[in-house]
Amino acid sequence: MTVDLLDRRLLFVTGKGGVGKTTVAAALALLASQHGKRVLVGEVDAKGNLAEFFSVPPTRFAPTEVQPRLWAMTLEPEESLKEYLSLQLKLPMMARIGPLARIFEFVATAAPGVKEVLTIGKFLWEADRGNYDLVVVDAVATGHIVGQLGAPQAINELVHVGLIRQQTDWMVEIIRDPARTGLCIVATPEEMPVSETIELAARIGKETDVDLAAVVVNRVLPELFGRGEEEVFERIESASGREALTAALGPPAGPLVDAARLAVTLRRTRAEHLERLRAELEADLPMLYVPELFSRAHGLRSTRLVAEALAAELGY
Amino acid sequence: MPADLDALFAAREIVIFCGSGGVGKTTTAAAAAATIAARQGGKVLVLTVDPAKRLANALGLEGFGNVERKVPVSAFADAGVTPRGELWAAMLDTKESWDNLVRRHAPDATTARRILDNPLYQNISGRFVQSHDYIAMERLYELYSEGNYDLIVVDTPPTRNALDFLEAPQRMADFFSSRFLRLLVAPARSKVVNFATKPFYQVADRILGTQFLQDIAEFFILFQSMYEGFVERARAVEQLLRNRRTTFVVVTTLEAAPADEAEFFVEALAARKLPLGAIVFNKVLPRYLLDDDAVRAAEHLCASPQEVASQLPADVGERDQVERVLKELAESYLRFHVVAEREGEERNELAASVDVAATVPYFDTDIHDVGGLLRLGAAIFSPGFRS
Repeated sequence: MTVDLLDRRLLFVTGKGGVGKTTVAAALALLASQHGKRVLVGEVDAKGNLAEFFSVPPTRFAPTEVQPRLWAMTLEPEESLKEYLSLQLKLPMMARIGPLARIFEFVATAAPGVKEVLTIGKFLWEADRGNYDLVVVDAVATGHIVGQLGAPQAINELVHVGLIRQQTDWMVEIIRDPARTGLCIVATPEEMPVSETIELAARIGKETDVDLAAVVVNRVLPELFGRGEEEVFERIESASGREALTAALGPPAGPLVDAARLAVTLRRTRAEHLERLRAELEADLPMLYVPELFSRAHGLRSTRLVAEALAAELGY
Repeated sequence: MPADLDALFAAREIVIFCGSGGVGKTTTAAAAAATIAARQGGKVLVLTVDPAKRLANALGLEGFGNVERKVPVSAFADAGVTPRGELWAAMLDTKESWDNLVRRHAPDATTARRILDNPLYQNISGRFVQSHDYIAMERLYELYSEGNYDLIVVDTPPTRNALDFLEAPQRMADFFSSRFLRLLVAPARSKVVNFATKPFYQVADRILGTQFLQDIAEFFILFQSMYEGFVERARAVEQLLRNRRTTFVVVTTLEAAPADEAEFFVEALAARKLPLGAIVFNKVLPRYLLDDDAVRAAEHLCASPQEVASQLPADVGERDQVERVLKELAESYLRFHVVAEREGEERNELAASVDVAATVPYFDTDIHDVGGLLRLGAAIFSPGFRS
């Protein structure tokens, strides 16, 4: 039995650079908020551009409402540590030891995994304490996601006492609960993203306890011609067909036919990659398809279009 | 300033390819190296970080690590090419490179052993993301210093902040001379925490726990024995990046996000006074999508497919089917036209910032042999595509 994607409490969204990871994270969050949920969407990378996907000024650590019931934030590990220390330790001595940045630099540099724990810890905490129905995380790219999600466990192995250690136990518990936490991998139907998705899906199963909730395939090209129409196109594409079309349209007929051939080829190549992806993933793993948006790649408008496509795929 | 890519590659000894993930940086770097080896001759090395399996296969790198391998002449022969020079390839093995670095800089074999066996070290060298950035440049320095190659083409790690690797040598030097490292190491040596550092310790202790803190301290005491060698080395690596025989090539596609990052890259190189040799625009849509007459024809076809369909011979197909195909064909052109227009804008803006710009068309097949690399290389070095 699987839990509906948006009925979980915490969704991590990852993907190879350039496949539209942030778009999909933003769209999933928007879709859930449109269906009445209170949603927090956060990016883990302070240099990210999540705000652009809602057409708002850059987001900060403190969540801002960017759409009705939808809040967005940017994770800053230092702020996360500060919030954490003040909540957990009630440390008034902060002022005496100078800028927290230095402490953070030290902790994050010296102890691998601590930064990751502070990063996902913030989202786990937000998902757990019930201010939001759903927390969507625009997480790190495929190459680092296993490290990020596995950090609490890694810390458990390295650190045996102390505050960080006290916290990692409950983190591990939330992360491994499929009713609460899921991972989405975003891919495009191209060779490298498909290969990375297949490899990552295998690693997620082997090296982490996170439930792989769905694979979202972005930029799927539309089928250009329906049944029987491709043969018609091929006749138009033939020498005599081109000649006739040029007689009717003038010289620009050439580029039109070439462009259609390009579209057909692209679609076909991508379809092969899609088939490989489907064949290599677990048969019951949901795959959601988002069409190529020819007009825009940024802004709230494109986020809305992707949310609509996801809604159709999820049966909303 | 070199006038084109051929001249640029002929005049430099190190060419560093950078750009955001997913733009085809690794493949482009390999294609450039293969093409230079074939055409200009000499010993050319491509140092790659994370190649796709098929590319690794094409370079004969499957299953090999840090050690450079010569790409066999037969791989060129299969493509019908007799290379004038030699193509070598190496894949960056972060862990092994770190281990070598430790062996080189540790004062003695025992210290080296203790560092290599330390669990914290194993954790850092394997997973520490920044270490990846540094070690790529460190490895480049090592290969360059050995003096075995006429040209080294480097593919940089796919960091989100694509410039991290430029900062890495300096950061590494800073880290070793940082007050915090001294703070951390001092009490473990003297067993006395002085008044000034006590609050610092209280916080660190409560976060990490005493035992772990001690583990870290021990590790860094060992690591500090390498201080001088390490800092000196980091400085030398930085010097190498500024050497006038080194140049940078930014690779990007013309989609909004990678293009933004490329722009950021160009500015950042300028701010650091590092030489930007060229920009390679990859996976660019064909020019015929920018034909104004074709746009008008497509609009006409969309509006009245019946009229055009009636002028085609009857044997093309049933009338209503032909109409649908023509309409679809015209709409498809217009959709791709919008994308091509947007890409053209991005391209013009970026190309204005550089002397040499190359435009590589979209290849619909993935590259899995030297022949494929040479075809891509021909497109990269094609004078017809110069801006």
